[in-house]
Amino acid sequence: MSEVALRQVVKTYEQTPAVRGIDLDIADKEFIVLVGPSGCGKSTTLRMIAGLEEATSGEIWIGGDLVNDVPPKDRDIAMVFQNYALYPHMTVYENMSFGLRLKKFAKAEIKRRVENAARILDITELLDRKPKQLSGGQRQRVAMGRAIVRDPKVFLFDEPLSNLDAKLRVQMRTEIKRVHQKVMTTTVYVTHDQVEAMTLADRVVVMNGGRIDQIGTPHELYHTPRTKFVAGFIGSPAMNFLACRLVEAAGGGLSVLLSDQLSFAVPAARTARYRPYAGKELILGLRPEHITEARPYANGADVQDFTATLDVVEPMGMETMVYFTVNGAEVCGRVAPEAAAGPGEPMRLAADIGHMHLIDPATELVL
Amino acid sequence: MADATPSSLAPTTPARPSQAHARRRRPALKRWMQRRSTIAFFMCLPLLMVIGGLVVYPALYAIDLATMNKAMTKHIGFGNFSFLFTRDTFWMVVRQSAIFAITAVVFKALIGLVTAHLVNNLPAKGQRKWRGMLLVPWVMPLSLSTLGWWWMYDPTYSALNWLLGAFGIGAVPWLSDPYWARFSVILDNVWYGAPFFLIMYLAALKSVPEQLYEAASIDGANAWQKFIHVTLPMMRNIIAITVLFSLIVTFANFDIVWIMTQGGPRDMTHIFATWAFKLGIQSGDIPLGASVALFMFPILGVAAIFILRGVAKRGREI
Amino acid sequence: MATTETAGGGSARSRASSLRGSLRRNRRWALILSYFFLIVFAFFFLAPPYYMLVTSFKTNHEMVNLATNPWVIAEGPTLENYKNLLWNTDFLIFFKNTVIVTLCVVAITMVISTLAAFSLARMKFWGSGVLATGVFLTYLVPDSLLFIPLFQVVRSLGLLNNYWAMVLVYPTLTVPFCTWIMIGYFASIPKELDEAALIDGAGYIQMLLRIFVPVALPGIIAAMIFAFTVSWAAFVYPMAFLYRSDQLVLTVGTVTSLIRADVFQWGSLMAGALLAAAPPLVIYAFLMDYYIAGLTAGATKG
Repeated sequence: MSEVALRQVVKTYEQTPAVRGIDLDIADKEFIVLVGPSGCGKSTTLRMIAGLEEATSGEIWIGGDLVNDVPPKDRDIAMVFQNYALYPHMTVYENMSFGLRLKKFAKAEIKRRVENAARILDITELLDRKPKQLSGGQRQRVAMGRAIVRDPKVFLFDEPLSNLDAKLRVQMRTEIKRVHQKVMTTTVYVTHDQVEAMTLADRVVVMNGGRIDQIGTPHELYHTPRTKFVAGFIGSPAMNFLACRLVEAAGGGLSVLLSDQLSFAVPAARTARYRPYAGKELILGLRPEHITEARPYANGADVQDFTATLDVVEPMGMETMVYFTVNGAEVCGRVAPEAAAGPGEPMRLAADIGHMHLIDPATELVL
Repeated sequence: MADATPSSLAPTTPARPSQAHARRRRPALKRWMQRRSTIAFFMCLPLLMVIGGLVVYPALYAIDLATMNKAMTKHIGFGNFSFLFTRDTFWMVVRQSAIFAITAVVFKALIGLVTAHLVNNLPAKGQRKWRGMLLVPWVMPLSLSTLGWWWMYDPTYSALNWLLGAFGIGAVPWLSDPYWARFSVILDNVWYGAPFFLIMYLAALKSVPEQLYEAASIDGANAWQKFIHVTLPMMRNIIAITVLFSLIVTFANFDIVWIMTQGGPRDMTHIFATWAFKLGIQSGDIPLGASVALFMFPILGVAAIFILRGVAKRGREI
Repeated sequence: MATTETAGGGSARSRASSLRGSLRRNRRWALILSYFFLIVFAFFFLAPPYYMLVTSFKTNHEMVNLATNPWVIAEGPTLENYKNLLWNTDFLIFFKNTVIVTLCVVAITMVISTLAAFSLARMKFWGSGVLATGVFLTYLVPDSLLFIPLFQVVRSLGLLNNYWAMVLVYPTLTVPFCTWIMIGYFASIPKELDEAALIDGAGYIQMLLRIFVPVALPGIIAAMIFAFTVSWAAFVYPMAFLYRSDQLVLTVGTVTSLIRADVFQWGSLMAGALLAAAPPLVIYAFLMDYYIAGLTAGATKG
């Protein structure tokens, strides 16, 4: 069984805390992604699981064993580095078989494993080449091959796609997912790219400032973020945040007041939840995909129309991004290309208020 | 001319052909002088003069000298060389030069490698201090530090013998016994040259990416295996270049032997450089001295070829 | 869920707690051993200069006294040896000669090397690659090979027994390697700087003086230090070409003039050796990083 568990793990460098106490349980065969901005502690956490950094305090468990004092070579893990870290003087075959040769595996067994991994990753013709003869994508595959061959309890990925160009990144993302489905090893994957996180993960761990903000499936993180940070981090383009005031509306409901000209009625289902905050200054969160051109919606959707003068219009082909200002803040919406007005022109938009979030500016928690 | 063409566009027809020719010739010379390759060549000229006049010419002149008789009145072909081949001292010098160079370089490389690793293990702040201390032998001019060693080896007052005596070991005839004399000379050379290896290897160690060691850790390598499979292969080129370089320099070394033993006792510490000096300058037989000195050439040449290959390989790798 | 681990969890924890800190302990032991061996090596490397220093302050009486520990000054330090060195020998003349020779050689070397390095590194012309390699090769031709033919050359130029002969021949020791260092530094300057300068209207000499020299200043300093150190320490050429006492430089003068008819004035000899070794050591102490950069530039810059 290859679960990974972190209990109250803390890492402090001299005076600076990098990881401030995280608890995490990763199930066997799960693909979990640690995501967050630079400096949030995700790489440090990964390296502590690997044993390349020592935890200042807390417990790290791999497969049921406490591994805090176990050196990396005895933890039965494999790691894929951002810079591939392939041994330049060895061929691809030798790179992949290095770990097995150190453990004195039989030659036949080594050959079997390497060729198997090479087949999975489609690098069989490259086995005799040296790393400097390979492209970035090929090197990344060799690095993965080196990990697969070891058949470890856990795979660790440290931002493996950051050095690849955009197109290759998309390709390799699919590769990684395919390999995981085939090999089914517990995987801990670190990235700063939330798209990678959303597409690859069974569960996503959003980290910020050395702490975990939220753990959940991509769906949960998208639809029910717990903090402002998670809400703004997940989804691209980012969620719009608008300062607003929650006021009592006529007829016993609540209304979100954005400016003198613009306000939205809170969906009836949520009035009970939000009532305690009536009268307060809050932040309204609404994703760009939930601000569209005025059009018919499905039944039951809570949509309210309004007019805004567009500042900037960005045609993306499939859709057009429109930017307008509300009370000094810039708001982004996604409209159908044929419906988009020009910059400086007013346009009739629809806000899918059913998907709104209210955030308490003091705690930065989503209400 | 009733043309409508504006005067600026009309081709200037020369009044006389010779004037046009003159107008075209001067710019050509100036152009040549401003051409990049010309300027570059002139900038290199002093270098070429130094190398040509003070290195290449003397080297060739040495070959010419080596074929002359002692009075330098006529050429005697390989006479000097065949004479040398018959002398026992010559073969002793060959053997001693080889022993000296190879032994010293091996120990210098080993000490350099070990100390480089030791220093690299320290926290970054301390490394600079230790590196500074350990490089001192290299910074002191060799002839002057050799004076210090000479004093330490003094037959009557040797401070080293005093130390040995404090441990109950008998005095060592550092410079009077031929075999101990060889040891003493090599010891001084190793003391002087090891820091150079330390510096080179330390720089090379630092150029190995840390992530390779991490990958090796995860692959299951212990410290020794990391050294064999990551450090040594990555340092292979630098080690080769430094060793070959040091072989050349050690092989041609003059200062130590000249100051400490003058080649003695009984010519058993003479190396090519000192014997050439003794024969050529002191005894006044320049051609013979030149012949001896020339024997260094083929060995240096072979080493130089290997160095060049190593440097070129390093440029191509990674 | 760690608390509901397998039954082995309990023993794993106790095993772990006995291992706890063992990684840290291993690392500490490695550090202690490193320091121990480094101290041993430090003793080895620093003992001779230390001993030279101690001897230079010892009285003659103490030196001949075999009973005392030669590694310490038991009978009180004295400046006798230094006084004898400075007033009774030609040491100061040697010092002056060495300074003149060295300064001239450093200046000549830097001019030649910088010009050549600039043209070889930047202005590719026919044969520049071959020439650059050739420059490096000439560095491998040792002085102990060239001194015999050069003896003839110097003699025919009438410069035998004249320290200006040193100014003539020392550049063979310094120019090749300094050029090599400078080529490395110049090559690492991004080509865009050249192009920007050319567009701004600079000629090649101006580019060299106004851009390359300032930007590659660390390399220039390293090369100068190298040239200084090599010139200061040169021994074979002065040994072969200089005989008269007033023409000698420090390296040969210290040895020959303090040994009169088999009587070694060791105290003054050590004092002289130390004073003569002082300038390179002082430069090293203050400019250590440039010094080391010069050394490693040759090999690691490839």
